[in-house]
Amino acid sequence: MKIFLKIVFFCILAFSGFVGFANFGIPQVKPAPPPTEEKLDLGNMTMDQFIALGDKIFNGKGTCTLCHNNVGKRAPMLDGAGEEAVANNALLRLKDPRYKGKATTPEEYIRESMKTPSAFVVAGFGSDNDTKSPMPVITQGSIGLSDAEVDAVIAFLLNKAGVEVTVKIPVGAPPSEKAEEAKPAEPAKTPEEVIAKFGCGACHKIGKEEGALGPDLTRVGKSKNEPYLRRAILDPNADIAKNCPGGPCAPGMMPPDFGAKMTGSEFEMLVQYLVKSK
Amino acid sequence: MSFFSGFKRLTCLTLLLTVLFAGGFTFTSLPVFANTANPEEAVKSEGTTTEAVKEGEKKVEYPPAPKLTVADYPQIGSFNPRILVWIVAQLHLWFAAFVLAVPIFVLIIEALGMATKDQRYDNMAYEFIKVSMAAYSITAIIGGLLTFSLLVFYPDLFKYMASLFSRSMLAYAFLFFAESASLYIYYYGWHWLEGGFKKWVHLTIGLVLNFVGTVLMLLANAWVSFSMSPNGVDPATGAFLGSEWNVIHNFLWNPLNLHRVIANIAYGGSIIGAYAAYKFLGSSSKEDKAHYDWMGYTANVIAVGGLLPLPFAGYWLTKEIYAYSQQMGITLMGGVFAWLFIMQAVLIGALFLSVNYYLWCGMERSEGSVRYTKNIKWIAAAVVACFLVWFTPHTLVLTNQELKALGGPYHKYLGPLGIMPAKNTAVNIMIILTFLSFTLYRRANKIATVSWAAAGSAVQAAIFAGAIANIIFLGVFYGYFTNTAYKVAASIPQVSTTAVVIIFTLIIDSMMFKGAKDVAPLKWGNVPGRSQYALFTLAVSFTWLMGLMGYIRSGIRQHWHVNSIMRDNSINAFTPTIGYAAQVVTLAAVIFMAIVIFIFWLSNISAKKSAAH
Repeated sequence: MKIFLKIVFFCILAFSGFVGFANFGIPQVKPAPPPTEEKLDLGNMTMDQFIALGDKIFNGKGTCTLCHNNVGKRAPMLDGAGEEAVANNALLRLKDPRYKGKATTPEEYIRESMKTPSAFVVAGFGSDNDTKSPMPVITQGSIGLSDAEVDAVIAFLLNKAGVEVTVKIPVGAPPSEKAEEAKPAEPAKTPEEVIAKFGCGACHKIGKEEGALGPDLTRVGKSKNEPYLRRAILDPNADIAKNCPGGPCAPGMMPPDFGAKMTGSEFEMLVQYLVKSK
Repeated sequence: MSFFSGFKRLTCLTLLLTVLFAGGFTFTSLPVFANTANPEEAVKSEGTTTEAVKEGEKKVEYPPAPKLTVADYPQIGSFNPRILVWIVAQLHLWFAAFVLAVPIFVLIIEALGMATKDQRYDNMAYEFIKVSMAAYSITAIIGGLLTFSLLVFYPDLFKYMASLFSRSMLAYAFLFFAESASLYIYYYGWHWLEGGFKKWVHLTIGLVLNFVGTVLMLLANAWVSFSMSPNGVDPATGAFLGSEWNVIHNFLWNPLNLHRVIANIAYGGSIIGAYAAYKFLGSSSKEDKAHYDWMGYTANVIAVGGLLPLPFAGYWLTKEIYAYSQQMGITLMGGVFAWLFIMQAVLIGALFLSVNYYLWCGMERSEGSVRYTKNIKWIAAAVVACFLVWFTPHTLVLTNQELKALGGPYHKYLGPLGIMPAKNTAVNIMIILTFLSFTLYRRANKIATVSWAAAGSAVQAAIFAGAIANIIFLGVFYGYFTNTAYKVAASIPQVSTTAVVIIFTLIIDSMMFKGAKDVAPLKWGNVPGRSQYALFTLAVSFTWLMGLMGYIRSGIRQHWHVNSIMRDNSINAFTPTIGYAAQVVTLAAVIFMAIVIFIFWLSNISAKKSAAH
C-alpha cells in the first residue's frame, strides 16, 4: 500500500508540474472566438468605411495575414509599401508569360487571385514549378468570404498601395448564403468582445486593435468624460474629434447606428471600458 | 483427455472460426468501398449529389452536410458535453493505444522466445498480455461510452459521419468481435498451445490478432482524419459522392496511421514499463526484483524503439497538414497553437531525459560500466542543451515597453534558436545521444575479443562525431543561409544522418561483440529504486503528451466538426486557451493513471493470493 501511495503521489506531482507550467509558465493566448456572419450595411457605408472593413477582414476573418506576413514569408506580401503592395505589382504580373488568368486591371487581378489562386503564382511560393498555389479559394471552405467582403479587401489593398480605388461599394448586394442562415450574434460578455463584435478596432486603436483611421482610444478616459463618450457612440457627429491620425476627423466617418445595434449591456460595458481607459 | 479439455478445444475452434468469418467479411466488404461511383462522375443537384448509375438502376441521392444551430445540440442542465466527449474520447484512445500495441511486441517477444528457446521470453510475453487483458475490457466499455456520448450530445454529427462511413462502421463492429475472439484464444490458449506445431498455431493466432487490431485502428483513424481533411464529399455542400473508399482514403489518413502505430508501440512499452516498475518497487525477493528489472528494461527498450522514429513520423504528418492546407498548418505551428509546442518540448525533454537516466542507472547492473560512467555527465549536459534549444520559443509575447527594449519580438541571440532548423538539429542530436547512452549500456558488460576492436570503436566514435557535425552544419546552412522555402530542407538529410549512425553502429557492434566475453554476470535487480521512477516519468509524460497532441490535432479544425464542410455551431465551438486545454488533459490523464495504477494494484493482490494458495 505504501508503494501504491508513493506512486500515486509521484504521478500527481508530475501532472501538477505539467499543468502548472501550461497555466503559469507560458503566455495564455486567448484565441479569437469563431467568426460570426455580419450583415453588411453597405448602403450607408462611405468608401473610407468600406476600406476599413477590408482592413478588418484582411487582418481577421479572411486570415490573410496567417501567410501573407513578413515573419514566416510563406506567401508574398500584399499590404506592404511600394513593391510589397500587390496592387503595385499587378500590371507587371499580368504581362508575365506564366500568367494564365483573364484579368486586365489590378482590381481584377486581386479578385482573380482570391478566387482562382493558381492563375498566377509568384515565383518561389508555389508547388509543381510554381504552377500550383497553396492558397485556398477564399470564397469557399472555412474562410468563405462573400463577394462584398472580397470587394472590401480589394479596396483596402488598392488603397494601401496608394493607387486609385476602382472597386465600387456593392449597392444592395444580396447577403451571402451563409449570412442568411447565420444565427443572430450572441450578446458580447466582455468589453473586449464588444470591441471585436462591432469592429471598433478597424478604425480605432483600442485594446489590442491597431486601427489607424479614427482617434486613438487607448487613453481616451483621461481626456473625455462619461457623457461625452456616451454621446460619441450614440451620435458620433455631435462632436467631431480633431485627433485622427491624419489630422481632424472627417464628419460622417463613424457609423451612426451603433446605438441601435448594441444591446443595453454591451453599450454600458463599452462606455465603462472607455471611461477606465486612462 | 477430460471433457473440459475437449470443451476448451471446441470453444477455441469456434472462436477461431468467428475470427476467420469476420476477417472474411471484412475482406469481402472492403472492395465494396471502391466499386461505387467515381467522385468525378457524381452529379450535383441543388445541394444533393446523385451517384452516377447505370441506366435503369435506381439513383441514389445523398443529402448535404447538415447546417446546425445551437438548438441542434442537446443540453442537459449546465453539463458541458464538449468536456465529457473530450475526456471520454481521450481515455478511449489511451486504452486503445495500449491494448493495440501490447500484442504487437508480445508476438515479437514470443517469437524471440521460440527462436532462442529461452523460456524467460515466453514468460515475459505472457505477463505482458496478462496486463493488457484488464485494459481491453475497459477500452471496450469506454468506447461504448464514447459512442453513447456522441449520440446524445452530437446526434447530427454522428448521423452525418455514420452516413458516410456506414460500411466501415459495420465492418468495425464485426472486427471488434474478431479481435475479442482472437485475443481470448491467444491469451487463454497460451499454455494449451505450447511446444512444436501448437506453438506455430499460437503465433498465427497472435498474427491474426495484430492484423485485426491494426485494421480496426486504421478504420477509426479514417473517421478522425476525414474530419481534418475531408475527401469523397462535395466540398461545397458536404454531400457524399458515392465512394466510401475515397472518404476513408483522405489526405491525412496514411500519415496519421503511421504516426499512431509508432506512437502506440512507444506508449505500450512505457505503460508496461510502469507496471514492471510498480512490481519491482513492491517486490521483496531478489528473484522477483531481478525479473521485474529485466521486464522494465525490455519495456523501456520497446518504448525507446518507438520514441526514436516518432519525431520523424510526426514531422511527416505535419508536413502533410501543411501540404493539405497551409492555413491549417500555420494555425498549428505559427498561430494560436504554436505555444503548445513549447509544452510539447517540455514533455519530450522529460521523455528523453528519463530514458537516458534509466539507462545510466541501469549501468549499475554491470561491473564493467565504470569504464563509461565518467562520460555520462557530458552526455547529460549535451542532452539538456538540446532540450533547451527545443524549448526556446521563436516569437515572444511582450508588452509594448518590452518590445521597444528588445527591439522586436525576437531575442537577438535566442530568437534564431526558435525556428524549425534549430529544433530539428537539436532533436536529431538528442536522438543520437540517447542511442549513444544505449550503446554504452549494451557494451558496459562486454569485452570485445576481435583483433580490430580498437579500430572498430574508433570508427564508431568517428561516425558519432561526424554525424553530429554534419547535422549541425545542415541545420545552420539551410536554416540561416538560404531562402525561407529551403529552411526545412535540411530535415531529410539530418534524419538520414541519424539513421546512418544507428544502423552502422549496430552493424559494427554486432560484428565486434560476436563471441565477446562478459565482464561479470549481469546483476538484474541491482538498480536503485529511483530508476523505477524514471520509468514512471516515461509513462506519465507519454500519457500527458498524447493528451496534449490529441487536443492539438483535433483543435486545429477550430470551429468545424468536419473542416470547412460541417461547422460546429454549439456554444462550445470556441478554441480554448492553453491553460484550459491543459486542465482538461490533466483531468483525463489523472483518471487514466488512476485506473491503470488500480489495475496494477489489483494484479499485485491477485498475485499475492495465488502465491498464498
